[in-house]
Amino acid sequence: MTLRTSPLAGRHEDAGARFTDFGGWEMPVEFASIREEHAAVRSAVGKFDVSHMGQVTVSGPDATKLTQRLTTNDVTALDPGEAQYSTITDEDGVILDDTVVYRLPDGEREDYLFVPNAGHDTEMTDRWETHREAWGLTATVTDRTDEYAMLAVQGPESKDRLGDLTDVRLSRLSRFDIAQGTVAGVEALVAWTGYTGEQGFEILCPWADAETVWAALECQPCGLGARDTLRLEMGFLLSGQDFHPTENPRTPYEAGIGWTVKLDTEFVGRDALEAAHEEGVEEKLVGLELVERGVPRRGYDVTTPDGEHLGTVTSGTMSPTLDTPIALAYLPVAYVEPGRSVRVVVRGEPKKTRTRPSQFLDR
Amino acid sequence: MSFDVPEDCRYRESHEWIRTEDGTARVGITDFAQDELGDVVFVELPAEGDELGTGDEFGVVESIKAVSDLYAPVAGTVTAVNETLRDEPEHINEDPFGDGWLLEMELADESELDDLLSAADYRDQVE
Repeated sequence: MTLRTSPLAGRHEDAGARFTDFGGWEMPVEFASIREEHAAVRSAVGKFDVSHMGQVTVSGPDATKLTQRLTTNDVTALDPGEAQYSTITDEDGVILDDTVVYRLPDGEREDYLFVPNAGHDTEMTDRWETHREAWGLTATVTDRTDEYAMLAVQGPESKDRLGDLTDVRLSRLSRFDIAQGTVAGVEALVAWTGYTGEQGFEILCPWADAETVWAALECQPCGLGARDTLRLEMGFLLSGQDFHPTENPRTPYEAGIGWTVKLDTEFVGRDALEAAHEEGVEEKLVGLELVERGVPRRGYDVTTPDGEHLGTVTSGTMSPTLDTPIALAYLPVAYVEPGRSVRVVVRGEPKKTRTRPSQFLDR
Repeated sequence: MSFDVPEDCRYRESHEWIRTEDGTARVGITDFAQDELGDVVFVELPAEGDELGTGDEFGVVESIKAVSDLYAPVAGTVTAVNETLRDEPEHINEDPFGDGWLLEMELADESELDDLLSAADYRDQVE
């Protein structure tokens, strides 16, 4: 299968990036070094090409109703220019995808943009269209993944860096706000969102203008490697790894994002999630910090000190900020309490590990 | 991209180097290997006195993104390991042929070195 490529692929190649296959896209994994890129975002500013993320717009008289019934959060709570994190679940309440739903900054129309994970844009567009037909709703659903480039500028200096290039008044934006304006003279949407835990912005612009915006954002280019270590330090989920509809089916409650589920709204999976909420879950996503040397990686076993299997690492790395091995795993709820002693089995060696909240960094 | 490939080392295809001096040999991973791995964060090495056969797995080097096994270029006995790497594994990235060395060994049969790649052969492999 031919991999999809970003409009910035040529620029990344010129910059000496290494590439990886991610969700059907060939994307830069590393420019300088993961550690350098990670540190730039935590201490100053870095830019990411996240054009592999899906972009789907929903508009028309029933856009709100359709999106409300396909996502777990409350879309009606959004005013124009606001966004929310949400999940898309099946009838059993299992997470199919997680997403940010933006209500576009236009007071007249009910226009939404949501951002499915890499490679999920077609499936999610189909899902919206199929349900629109089944429910007899009127809405236009458009997969704009190949029209919109998406760039992220993240880090404590991101506001200064972007502020010089945009007519959007960043000081007026709050977290999860989105505004229309220009960046480096290019028409763009600017949102105060991101996946790093730092103050930061995401910019959507036409595919053809991506190079102009990327070049104007003069700061450390960062690849998917740093994006992964940054998000993991914050305990942010990675689709396909920390949840997967068939390989690792999880509800938002198990994944620690039960706050995205508004049971007083109607959506696919609501009844199953209401039952799960009442009954409670058996397993929850837990943070793990290794006390001994070793790097926990996806698929490694988590056991009791006696060797009894408890779960499996879904994401793990050596945290560049904390210089400590950290991981996420679904464990029985008795292990949600921080400080429980468990083991992560690293190449046959059980390494002493303590449970802790999955947000490893205080941000 | 061009990598440092010192002439005074011999090389294994799996990217270990070996440099001999007065019957003792020092072993590490190449500049190419450290560059491929990226930021090294952890190294697992054998104990002094361990006997290694040619091609034996003797440890592991892990970067943020990958795990790589280490193989003995020739047979011998481990006489020293680079203890500083336990706390400062980044030496492997910074100076793979110097401070980033992994272990020293007493060779079982020095003639085995002839079976390894020369600097020129290794350069051909990685460039």
